[in-house]
Amino acid sequence: MSILVGKDTRLITQGITGEYGRMHTLACREYGTNVVAGCTPGRSGVDVEGIPVYDTVSEAREKTGANATMIFVPAAFAADAVEEAAEAGIQLIVCITEGIPALDEARMTRSVTAAGARMIGPNCPGVISPGENCKVGIMPGFIHTPGKIGVVSRSGTLTYEAVWQLSELGLGQSTCVGIGGDPVIGTTHIDTLAMFQEDDGTEAILMMGEIGGTAEEEASQFVKDHVTKPVVGFVAGRTAPPGKRMGHAGAIIAGGKGTAAEKMEAMRAAGIAVAESPADLGSTMAEALAAKA
Amino acid sequence: MKLHEYQAKGRFRAFGLPTPRGIVATSLEEVRAAYDELEGDLAVVKAQIHAGGRGKAGGVKLVRSADEAVEAAESILGKPLITKQNGPDGTVVRTLLVEEGLPIDKEYYVAITLDRQLELPVLMASAEGGTEIEEVAEENPDAILTEVVDPVTGLAAFRARRITYALGVPKPLARKFAATLQALCKVFLEDDASMVEVNPLVTTTDERVICLDGKVVLDDSALFRHKDLVELRDVHEEDPTEVRAKEAGLSYVNLDGNIGCLVNGAGLAMATMDIIKLHGGEPANFLDVGGSASTEQVTTAFKIILDDPAVKGILVNIFGGIMRCDIVAQGVVDATKALGLECPLVVRLHGTNMEEGRKILAESGLSITAATDMRDAASKIVEAVS
Repeated sequence: MSILVGKDTRLITQGITGEYGRMHTLACREYGTNVVAGCTPGRSGVDVEGIPVYDTVSEAREKTGANATMIFVPAAFAADAVEEAAEAGIQLIVCITEGIPALDEARMTRSVTAAGARMIGPNCPGVISPGENCKVGIMPGFIHTPGKIGVVSRSGTLTYEAVWQLSELGLGQSTCVGIGGDPVIGTTHIDTLAMFQEDDGTEAILMMGEIGGTAEEEASQFVKDHVTKPVVGFVAGRTAPPGKRMGHAGAIIAGGKGTAAEKMEAMRAAGIAVAESPADLGSTMAEALAAKA
Repeated sequence: MKLHEYQAKGRFRAFGLPTPRGIVATSLEEVRAAYDELEGDLAVVKAQIHAGGRGKAGGVKLVRSADEAVEAAESILGKPLITKQNGPDGTVVRTLLVEEGLPIDKEYYVAITLDRQLELPVLMASAEGGTEIEEVAEENPDAILTEVVDPVTGLAAFRARRITYALGVPKPLARKFAATLQALCKVFLEDDASMVEVNPLVTTTDERVICLDGKVVLDDSALFRHKDLVELRDVHEEDPTEVRAKEAGLSYVNLDGNIGCLVNGAGLAMATMDIIKLHGGEPANFLDVGGSASTEQVTTAFKIILDDPAVKGILVNIFGGIMRCDIVAQGVVDATKALGLECPLVVRLHGTNMEEGRKILAESGLSITAATDMRDAASKIVEAVS
């Protein structure tokens, strides 16, 4: 079992004819994902290594029964692509694109909610369910192993680091969700925690946050109130100076709020086992599982 | 991207918002001419720097004659102004804004920003204008009123009225005040701002509503559709190294320590800084080379790190996904040779093509210390610089 993506996923790629869109679509297919089509306006009729390309998402959906999309459209046009997918009835929208204007994000998030769809990201690595051979994103597939740990994170490569540590210790993953590093995102830590709590295939959860905003504090409260599975936490950026944006648009300590110390404290108060060092992400999980057993 | 007060007010006026009459001056002669042109008994000379807290730092002066205006300007212009926001060295004042004095009746605080929890813009206002909002938030949070701003249509008229009445704005001015709030929201949406702040927004004894101050921060991600606003950028206000990094497609922030970091991905870059500190070292910088850096970018990243004279050693931490470890390794070798690197260098490569990458480092003949994981990397570099 897994969440969000799996054997039933029928994926299209918006922006499939671009360099990254093409490369990652093929990598997803190689991993086992059922890629049914691609969409690039004006490019219908061509195919990308056997994957048919359509001009519009609605046509791609009608012809192929697609239920998920992965978006590589450039930032200036990404909001439009997200809204097109939502309007066409695509249920899962994974937006990889980085650098989308914040107000576009606010607008497109609202459209996605109104359409009853779910968006992961933007500015995220995507979602992978190793046990179902389904990858919708840009993460390196080979570091993942099937198993029962759910991973949710705001970052990309730090998530790979965590997954690798888990895999090294024989702790496979049910699903890994990169929710994205922007201030406005479609799916939050809380949304993902709720899905992992409900998922029979997930035994424990690794939640990774970073400085900026209060999403980790709210998620900690949610864990305290609603999550019965063991949760391990980590927060990146305890050495980050205030007022400086640390790479991600959302990673900034503003007005003294959003520090790593506050977030780690909130996690501990909620009974989450906090890994102090990024080298201990896997081992803290192993300890949490041992404590439960 | 931050705007100066005079630039922010220029944007306000473009949207029909009332600001005090004011003239920008960059020399003492211009200050004198500006005072005379304003033709009032009272004027204000204001330092134009990005940092807040200018008033308390002596960067805002009330003057009652042209001589006083020049005297005030002499004490500010060309000198560093140190506020509680801009660090020990302060910022050199290059521009002044000379404005008419106004018969102020009441001062309000108004700001529009993106609420991350609601995922929508919100308007915040308080009747305690002139005070810093962080102070109000701490001492009297109930005094801050908020209304949601629709990201497409702006601030609804009823919301503008509701907050205006709740602030206790005098009845005859309520309509004007509410319209001002709506127009400020329009600036926020149409200019793609991440913050618009007016502190204070004032009412005057002659029944006007005026934006006495103005702060606008633009969303960097949206600048591609605001070519005219990009020209308002003041590079003097930016760290030159951070500017160089940005131009090379790298994300860099300078810190106080002596261990330079070169990492791919923002989260991993922060975690690398954190683990250096946990092992007793001090990171010299945050540097994210991005998801798909080229050999040239890696070289530029090294140059930027080495520009900081405090750097005594470098830690490279790469988890290859899109980025291939062999490409990074080649970049590290090329940069080390080209720059004649002498300080200790610890490299940890993992992920896509890591074996090929490690081989390139091992066969390079350079004194590069390989690390197996993050803990190993952190302890090796900390030991090497201590």
